[in-house]
Amino acid sequence: MSSQPMSGAEIILTALKDQGVDVVFGYPGGVTLPIYDEIYKQNALRHILPRHEQGAMHAAEGYARSTGRPGVVLVTSGPGATNTVTGLTDAMMDSIPLVCLCGQVPTALIGNDAFQEADTTGITRHCTKHNYLVKDVGDLARVLHEAFYVATHGRPGPVVVDLPKDVITGFGAYMAPGKVHMKRYSPRTKGDKAGIEEALKILSKARKPLFYAGGGVINAGPEATQRLTELVRETGAPCTLTLMGLGAYPATDRQYVGMCGMHGTYEANMAMHDCDVMVNIGARFDDRVTGRLDAFAPNSRKIHVDIDPSSINKNVMVDVAIVGDAGLVLEDMLAIWKSRQYKLSDKALKDWWKQIDGWRSKRCLDYEQGDDGIKPQHAIQRVYELTRDRDVYVTTDVGQHQMWAAQYMLFDRPNRWMTSGGLGTMGYGLPAAMGAQIAHPDKLVVCVTSEMSFQMNLQELATIREHNLPVKILLCNNAFMGMVRQWQELFYENRYSQSFMERQPDFVSVAEAFGMTGLRADAPSEVDDAIRRMIETDGPVLLDMHVVKEENVFPMIPAGAAHNEMILGPADEEEADLAGGNGMVLA
Amino acid sequence: MHSTNYRAHAVEFHTMSILVDNEAGVLARVIGLFSGRGYNIESLTVAEIDAEEKLSKITIVTSGTRQVLDQIKAQLDRLVPVRSVSDLTENGDSVERELALVKVAGSGDKRVEALRIADIFRARAVDSTQDSFVFEIVGKTSKVDAFIRLMQPLGLVDVSRTGVAAIARGAEAMPCN
Repeated sequence: MSSQPMSGAEIILTALKDQGVDVVFGYPGGVTLPIYDEIYKQNALRHILPRHEQGAMHAAEGYARSTGRPGVVLVTSGPGATNTVTGLTDAMMDSIPLVCLCGQVPTALIGNDAFQEADTTGITRHCTKHNYLVKDVGDLARVLHEAFYVATHGRPGPVVVDLPKDVITGFGAYMAPGKVHMKRYSPRTKGDKAGIEEALKILSKARKPLFYAGGGVINAGPEATQRLTELVRETGAPCTLTLMGLGAYPATDRQYVGMCGMHGTYEANMAMHDCDVMVNIGARFDDRVTGRLDAFAPNSRKIHVDIDPSSINKNVMVDVAIVGDAGLVLEDMLAIWKSRQYKLSDKALKDWWKQIDGWRSKRCLDYEQGDDGIKPQHAIQRVYELTRDRDVYVTTDVGQHQMWAAQYMLFDRPNRWMTSGGLGTMGYGLPAAMGAQIAHPDKLVVCVTSEMSFQMNLQELATIREHNLPVKILLCNNAFMGMVRQWQELFYENRYSQSFMERQPDFVSVAEAFGMTGLRADAPSEVDDAIRRMIETDGPVLLDMHVVKEENVFPMIPAGAAHNEMILGPADEEEADLAGGNGMVLA
Repeated sequence: MHSTNYRAHAVEFHTMSILVDNEAGVLARVIGLFSGRGYNIESLTVAEIDAEEKLSKITIVTSGTRQVLDQIKAQLDRLVPVRSVSDLTENGDSVERELALVKVAGSGDKRVEALRIADIFRARAVDSTQDSFVFEIVGKTSKVDAFIRLMQPLGLVDVSRTGVAAIARGAEAMPCN
């Protein structure tokens, strides 16, 4: 116990420092003023002021996802707290560790409809892993340390701590992190040995094995991704990754078959459909991956490794479930695979790869870049190709450009890819890039966005400018809400209801108004030069890339279809008669 | 590949015992989980059972397929203030009891008949006026249901039920992590 009582605000800052926090994304307000006064008096903790609390949330997500450390947010009561809800839900869906501190009206006023009062713990109960309302300054240090523990242990997620003003101004004892006993929450991390043995026995007899890995491997840390790579190579089996898992296995490796799911590669989805043993590590059989459930990998035995027991048998019934941390389970799997001298049948593996290479030969991601307009795929692919020699961190917004970025940008390392997967939050990309750039000041951070997603949080340009963060923004401008338009074309007979915006702002002027460089490209011949200028110009740059308006993302598994009913491209699309299909809803 | 076993699709009723830290919002958390994920609550009881350790026990009767019931247990288990979850129906023998207060108003033959049936059911009259009784009945849900049904034509005017409280048979305590 500390000998000197501290104020709540001092306890908060001390706890953050003891938790190793170096950056807080926050927005002040009435009840958090005492905390801001403490922030003013010190230099150890960096405070970044976004221009909207939602920006703080996604910045913290970008920070967390690119470092593996929890992101920290500090907001005021009422609207400050309610503006965090989308970010909290996003972090909940994508398992991102966040600690969000919210000011609250004094305890005596709670429930009185006080100025800037909101029932923060009530509102955020469903979109946090856990939340706390601290009513006694004596509990404050313990709760803060517990919040960090809960956010980062087991399946990571967002934790809210609601801090009434009298708790912030009251005096109490500080308690160091080591003294907190978290006996009530102790998720299992080590996988059950018998389960691992059984899983490997099944895998060793596979004739068409497939590894299917997700964000859980990335959350388990870089060692986990190395072990995954080692195990996949040791077995010789193909590996696919989910949208959240990109970077968990090197994308340029021969055994990588591309992303799986709705806009995954033909070879990945056909391999998923045809495999006889599927090893899912840290993915959750999301509906965007499985397609129609009763036709999902119908002839396979399934092994599922997940740190969250509630992910097991939630969507897909599996044959062997192993609850544990992906890194620890993979370590055991590798050791046992080697010690038992397991080996997949050479003959079977050869046949399986021959089949996969057949699917690969369809070259499902090919497109033709003519002389007319810039294909968005081309613009995104060129950003990847022109920055290949650098360690690039990429964030995206949500929609077509997000899928193209996932398809055409290849990641060989984890924590380089930040996207809103589960919730699909437009407006995520720009603030996430801001958070990633703050965490990695010397790295190249690229935000791939579109004119509509960008406008959802463009106020963060001010923050980016203020801190001179050299974020490079590739804005794929097609004047459409592209993915909505694509679905309207495919499933609503081209009735483009509310998805076309005839008048777009001049984004070059927007960039300049915020004091940064704005560039524009309209013709295919300008693409490379514009991208080079974007990368080479110091400071933040926005490149307004005017792309072909009505391009579609392919391949595509229509919602409610099976993997082997994939549409490869425009030629396929006409045969498929999608508009007459059933269950074609965006949700 | 997967079981076309009819059991997998049949809806079952299970009683779950949930040991939780008795802290603000814990009941809302548990109930919110059920409403947010579309699970059913047939009955729910909650009370503190250990003041020193600040532990409460929630008993929930819920229904669903085996897959849903497993999900409910896993989802409850990952809530931070939940110390342990036990599916009493799954784990073997348990004792389940419910208490109801049943108000019957009337006179003459009906009043006599109500009293006679109460006697058969071992229900106690805990309040009495010249033209009404409040009976207290304890038993399994089916017994309480039956008693209330029989009271219907005899002047039933009001019912209060506690919901099911349940406990595993035998010497073992419920585990507490």
